[in-house]
Amino acid sequence: MAWYALARLLQALAVLAVMSLLVFAGVYALGNPVDLLVDPNAGAADYARRVAALGLDQPLWVQYARFVVGLLHGDLGNSFVHGTPALHLIFERMPATLEVSFAALMMALASGVPLGLVAGFKPQSWIGRAIRALSVLGFSLPTFWVGLMFIMLFAVELGWLPAGGRGPTEHVLGIDLSITTLEGWRHLLLPAVNLALFKISLLIRLTAASTQEILRQDYIRFARAKGLHPVRIVGLHVLKNALVPIVTVLGLEFGSLVAFAVVTESVFAWPGMGKLLIDSITLLDRPVVVAYLLVVVLLFVSINFIVDLLYGLLDPRVRLGGAQA
Amino acid sequence: MPAFLRLLPAMLLACALSVAQARDPGDLVIGFGADVSSLDPHFLNAVPNVAAAAHLFDALVHVDPDGKLVPGLAVSWQAVDATTWEFKLRRGVKFHDGSDFTAEDVMFSLERPAKVVNSPGPFTSYTRQIASRQIVDPYTVRLKTPAPYGPLPLDLTTIYMVSKKAAANATTEDFNSGRAAVGTGPFKFGAFRRGEAIDLVRNDAYWGGKPAWQHVQLRLLTNDAARTAALLAGDVDAIEAVPTPDIARFRANPALRLEQKVSWRTIFWQMDLSRDQSPFVTDKAGRPLAHNPLRDVRVRAAISKAINRQALVERTMEGLAIATGNIVIPGIVGHVDAIKPDAYDLAGAKRLLAEAGYPDGFALTLHGPNNRYVNDEQVVQTVAQMLTRAGLQTRVETMPLSSYFGRARAGEFSFALLGWGSLAGDSALRSLLATPNPDIGWGGFNWGRYSNPELDRLVRAALGETDAAARAKLAGQAVELAMRDHALVPLYHQYASWVMRKGLSYRARVDEFTLANAFHPQ
Amino acid sequence: MKGAAGLLARYAEDRVAAAALALFALLALAALAAPWLAPQNPYDLAQLDILDARLPPGSAAGATELVYRLGTDAQGRDMLSAMLYGLRISLAVGFAATAGGLALGLLVGLSSALAGGRVDALIMRAADLQLAFPAILLALILLAALGPGPGKIVAALVAAQWAYYARAVRGVALVEREKDYIAAVRLLGLSGPRILFRHLLPNCLPALIVVATLQVGAAIALEATLSFLGVGLPVTEPSLGLLIANGFQYLLSGKYWISVFPGLLLLGLILAINLVAERLRVLLNPRLQGV
Repeated sequence: MAWYALARLLQALAVLAVMSLLVFAGVYALGNPVDLLVDPNAGAADYARRVAALGLDQPLWVQYARFVVGLLHGDLGNSFVHGTPALHLIFERMPATLEVSFAALMMALASGVPLGLVAGFKPQSWIGRAIRALSVLGFSLPTFWVGLMFIMLFAVELGWLPAGGRGPTEHVLGIDLSITTLEGWRHLLLPAVNLALFKISLLIRLTAASTQEILRQDYIRFARAKGLHPVRIVGLHVLKNALVPIVTVLGLEFGSLVAFAVVTESVFAWPGMGKLLIDSITLLDRPVVVAYLLVVVLLFVSINFIVDLLYGLLDPRVRLGGAQA
Repeated sequence: MPAFLRLLPAMLLACALSVAQARDPGDLVIGFGADVSSLDPHFLNAVPNVAAAAHLFDALVHVDPDGKLVPGLAVSWQAVDATTWEFKLRRGVKFHDGSDFTAEDVMFSLERPAKVVNSPGPFTSYTRQIASRQIVDPYTVRLKTPAPYGPLPLDLTTIYMVSKKAAANATTEDFNSGRAAVGTGPFKFGAFRRGEAIDLVRNDAYWGGKPAWQHVQLRLLTNDAARTAALLAGDVDAIEAVPTPDIARFRANPALRLEQKVSWRTIFWQMDLSRDQSPFVTDKAGRPLAHNPLRDVRVRAAISKAINRQALVERTMEGLAIATGNIVIPGIVGHVDAIKPDAYDLAGAKRLLAEAGYPDGFALTLHGPNNRYVNDEQVVQTVAQMLTRAGLQTRVETMPLSSYFGRARAGEFSFALLGWGSLAGDSALRSLLATPNPDIGWGGFNWGRYSNPELDRLVRAALGETDAAARAKLAGQAVELAMRDHALVPLYHQYASWVMRKGLSYRARVDEFTLANAFHPQ
Repeated sequence: MKGAAGLLARYAEDRVAAAALALFALLALAALAAPWLAPQNPYDLAQLDILDARLPPGSAAGATELVYRLGTDAQGRDMLSAMLYGLRISLAVGFAATAGGLALGLLVGLSSALAGGRVDALIMRAADLQLAFPAILLALILLAALGPGPGKIVAALVAAQWAYYARAVRGVALVEREKDYIAAVRLLGLSGPRILFRHLLPNCLPALIVVATLQVGAAIALEATLSFLGVGLPVTEPSLGLLIANGFQYLLSGKYWISVFPGLLLLGLILAINLVAERLRVLLNPRLQGV
């Protein structure tokens, strides 16, 4: 178990090392934020002082070494643009991203799993076909374009929902959340649905596939032959067994929702950390980009870890550690 | 669309409407068009930051909506000799915490910009000219410059006065949290939610009179569509930086009111004028030319004539700009009324090109940013389109500002778009066309490395002149010289625009600043 | 496998899939023939007229005979022409990225399977790492570091997708390696590369085709997304994603055609590819037969 956690952590460190090197080299090659932000009338000495103050006058390897030393002390550096600890900026924006990602995940679960069950039970009926067709469509929809269409339809033409932004937030257990108010939900609805679309399709396919797999098992056939009510079969056997692969995928998918929120946040002007990432990339605010990567990688690792634990609970055959690791 | 889909949002809306409450009449919500990165007024010299800080803080000298200097925390100023400026401070002004504003705070505030070491864009270029500071009495300060320096009062419009008591040893973060954000401005700090909004509360004791609004929220809506939608939905009372595609729609909307004014920003082309081989000028087969045609004044004149500024302004900018041949806008030091925008004259352009030895034109790549100025990317393409009509073969390359400015500064381009906002023509020329000299900060944006000793002399003379009329004359001569030489190709002045709900009024400002205190209920 | 003709016949049993294939063929043809089909060369600035900017569908050009059937964009570019050329770019980028990813994945996957042991473990760890990191983020960071451009976006897409192929190839190759015929040819003294290309590769193909078809769709969608975020392709030669992005700011003012039409085309393209991939998956994967 401990070994397993350690392996995961090492993996995360490897990802982080590669990505942070990339970002350092990239920003180094692209230019420096002082070019963007310094006053045009600043003299050469002033300019040089600014570059030095941000440590950008050093060779690339020194900059990177400084970053690693800082990291070991739990310090990811200050944002060039905000003058605030980069990690602090990320944490400020994180609730918004997690909120919309989580809402999307719940929507995907609530609609994808039942639809997938139906499609799995009745693959040849019109409804089964229709659901599968829908899922292929959902797979093919370019997320950002659908977002634009949502805005055009629901915000501009019909005027039912706001075109973007986050609703008022309330302090809940130390976190600012917007899902506690109706106004918050009005803002959340379009981005969350937009983000969920792709995952709904995925869950439909996944659930349908594992449902069919299970239906072919002998014990289900037996249960059917015994005259057990279909609803009971679903509830007792199919759902429980279909849940195993779903949980695995869900973990991964929550991670990818957080990543794809970059796109949705840009379309709907949602003030999450994805939008912060895009803004920071355009301003060459390297500490924030690196801090974002760190947080996201750690997030993925912990989600995967939790998923593996859940997996073990749901499927007694799986034991972590031992032979599985 | 299926019926249930139609119904669902309608039901949601019904719920939402029942809880949505009308805003208090004493509250004002404004949609800002750019992100404010900090509330420390000495951290980053960027327009959004300075505009936000103007709500909490005052400068010694203020700028009125037309770009004229007016008293701020200083009631008067004058040059007592060639190198000494004296400022008389306003009496009876109190900081938000109740303490008095005195000369000590001025000293502190003028020293602080140099001490904010982690600033990527410091304010020191405005304080650098001050060699020494002297308190004459608690309400009089004297500032000495090493050489005569006319624009000092203008420079000081951007240096905000903070409270020495509250801000001594304060970090940028202390301003963001509100602890050190103690100013004399019309509003007090409420909350700063980065990337989302700034909340402000009225300063009842404001020296300029009690502001009209009890609570003000500056909502940071950088996405154009989101800002527009927020206004249409009534989430905000007013927005700045109105997206060009939406202007017509706003104008036609009887529930809204549009305010516009020519802004201080001029958009123009910088050309490579120093090198004999320019990287992005070739013949039409891509081979290098014997000489850089941009160094020929006839070619530059031809390019200017080939640009249909009227079409550019009406179509690409959708009427949100005014064609120009000047560097600064009317009413500002250095504007020359006699200089008119070059008329669109395709035949004349072709003739000039032929005279210069390029009857078949040449190939040119136009560079521009894609996220800096209003419609920048479109403007570059439109001008490229127009130059092809005069026989040039054009290519367009646009890029985010993050790589654009750095590359332009390194002289990588031949023909590059730049926008400049300035309240003085001589200052603008100092950055744009004076012979580059990094040691004194001259020619910092002279990407084409134009160098003309006569222009340098005029600019130096204008900047050193403390008599306003004499300075204006010298600045005008410098601008005339530059324009006669087609040292840059001006396109247009941008319009600054605001849209607000009916019942509000705002006096549009040349400097594009959005100040809550200048909104009034009608 | 009963030959290509037999496969095609079985493919066509599914009407929807057949229609999807036809649609894809049509779009691919249109993309190839764009220079002849398009009323205007949208990349030639001399052919654009700013005076015709943002005209609604069906408008006539001011100075020429042209009729803008699908309207014009902010530069006066004929949308129909821009979409045909954009389709070309989207398809080219999608296929180039897939070819690159396929080649790299094939190389890595096969060598991993052949080498076995530590090398195999190491390579597969790397693939796992890459798969664990969302493609969109990887490509976004890469492009932010590299800057925009068609070659760079292909490179970013390859970097984001090679692991899918490597995984698939290795899986099949491992199974095949254990089979008798490979052992037999090894005994015959055939060289490594020979085994690779003559024997292992053909057997990996079905699985690869399925993965590749799916990934073409994914690559096109990803390219469009990156271009929309502003880190993809240059503005003067817009792909479908960039056309949509350019139209975004006009959406609220009712000039829908700049964004909506390219979006529909993009949707049609990806949908067709995905439906074809879906059918191929069923046909080429014996385990899924009849599902």
